Amino acid sequence: MELLVVGASWGGLHAVSSLLRQLPDDLDVPVVIAQHRSPDPRADVLLELLAGHTERRLSEPDDKEPLRPRTIYLAASDYHLLVERGSLALSLEGRIQYSRPSIDVLFESAADAYGPELVAIILTGANSDGAAGAAAVARAGGTVVVEDPASAERPEMPRAALAAVPDALVRPLEALGATLAELARGRSLA
Amino acid sequence: MGTIEQRERRGEERAADLEELELELLLEAVFRRYGFDFRGYAPASLKRRLWRRVRAEGMETIAALQQRLLRDPLCMERLLLDLSINVTAMFRDPSFYLAFRSKVVPILRTYPFLRIWIAGCSTGEEVYSLAILLREEGLAERARIYATDINEAVLDRGRKGVFPLDRMKEYTENYLRAGGKSSFSEYYLAAYEGARFDPALVDNVVFARHNLVQDGSFNEFQVVLCRNVMIYFDRSLQQRVLDLLADSLATFGVLALGHKESIRFTEQEPGFEVLDADQKLYRKVK
Repeated sequence: MELLVVGASWGGLHAVSSLLRQLPDDLDVPVVIAQHRSPDPRADVLLELLAGHTERRLSEPDDKEPLRPRTIYLAASDYHLLVERGSLALSLEGRIQYSRPSIDVLFESAADAYGPELVAIILTGANSDGAAGAAAVARAGGTVVVEDPASAERPEMPRAALAAVPDALVRPLEALGATLAELARGRSLA
Repeated sequence: MGTIEQRERRGEERAADLEELELELLLEAVFRRYGFDFRGYAPASLKRRLWRRVRAEGMETIAALQQRLLRDPLCMERLLLDLSINVTAMFRDPSFYLAFRSKVVPILRTYPFLRIWIAGCSTGEEVYSLAILLREEGLAERARIYATDINEAVLDRGRKGVFPLDRMKEYTENYLRAGGKSSFSEYYLAAYEGARFDPALVDNVVFARHNLVQDGSFNEFQVVLCRNVMIYFDRSLQQRVLDLLADSLATFGVLALGHKESIRFTEQEPGFEVLDADQKLYRKVK
């Protein structure tokens, strides 16, 4: 596992905060998060809110920012965030499923760059963004983990991801840290 | 040997290698056939756009698209649109325009005549936004804006100045937050085809084709705006284009980049001082 990507929408603030608190200490890989957010940066305090939940470096990356270990990257509002091998890139392509940043765009580019070394997590959300991205991750040999729709704040997004990747790992929010710890040790949990 | 799953993974890797190869060949073919050089574009976004074109043409591989591109100039025009249209907004990042009013306009008032270059203007939203700002600051008469893009079709849309009516509410809010001094609706008429902006706004605008990747500097400017254009370029091409922009600025001229772009860690950094770090406004000092 060389990279972790995370997609979240409705209810994501709580879910992403919880995930950050659970990140196992021996997990050193960069973490890239696409959380649907307001395109209006005035109303946008997401970065500050998340900073209270992690000791790791937290960055809203500039274009071509290198991916560093033990760093968390949060997609800026109103840009797509894409992964290249070793760095990040931005784009102003149109909104996808009404979203910019789009989880699909992040996941598909990360799958392309990291293939089997990628782990992708879909958290709570009320739309189907991330389903096509999760499918791309699975096709490239990466691992897809989906928050259990039964306990997610909003089940639609996890359900859509599961429909696209039926053999994804399904975990309740509070078990994600333990799952990541096992994946970090190179264990296949399928 | 190995498990079936491992073999499949190796198969996936081979498919990825093949895609890389097809991509390189297509870019080479486009360059040699049409002279457009996309070889220094950042791969992730470029691949997305190419695949979108592959599917829109009813094809399944990048190699198939290359074949059609070689023989069909109209297909090349469609691809050029895919690669040059960026979905932006009037007064995108209102705080940028606020900073431009407070930090750049006072500098511009000291010049009797101004040349401004908007590099990579796409369909013109930024051109009209800046033209409105300059008019409200009393600088429109003495300013000439050169708005350039690689693609003639998007320049035509800029010249027409018609934008979707359903975005006027958003643009009005942006305009007010950007320090707009008038009423936004004074600048356009609601017409059948959309919101048609006052053609007098672009009396002093020259829309012209220019390719940042391949063409040189064509004038000396007091301001260069190149916002969210270089995000599509890889590091080394960004460096080259920054050189071109710096060469095109008069001493003490102002360079404006996109909100998430920076000249930090580039070769040009020592040649500029920071006017506004958040809004990515820089001033050329040598």
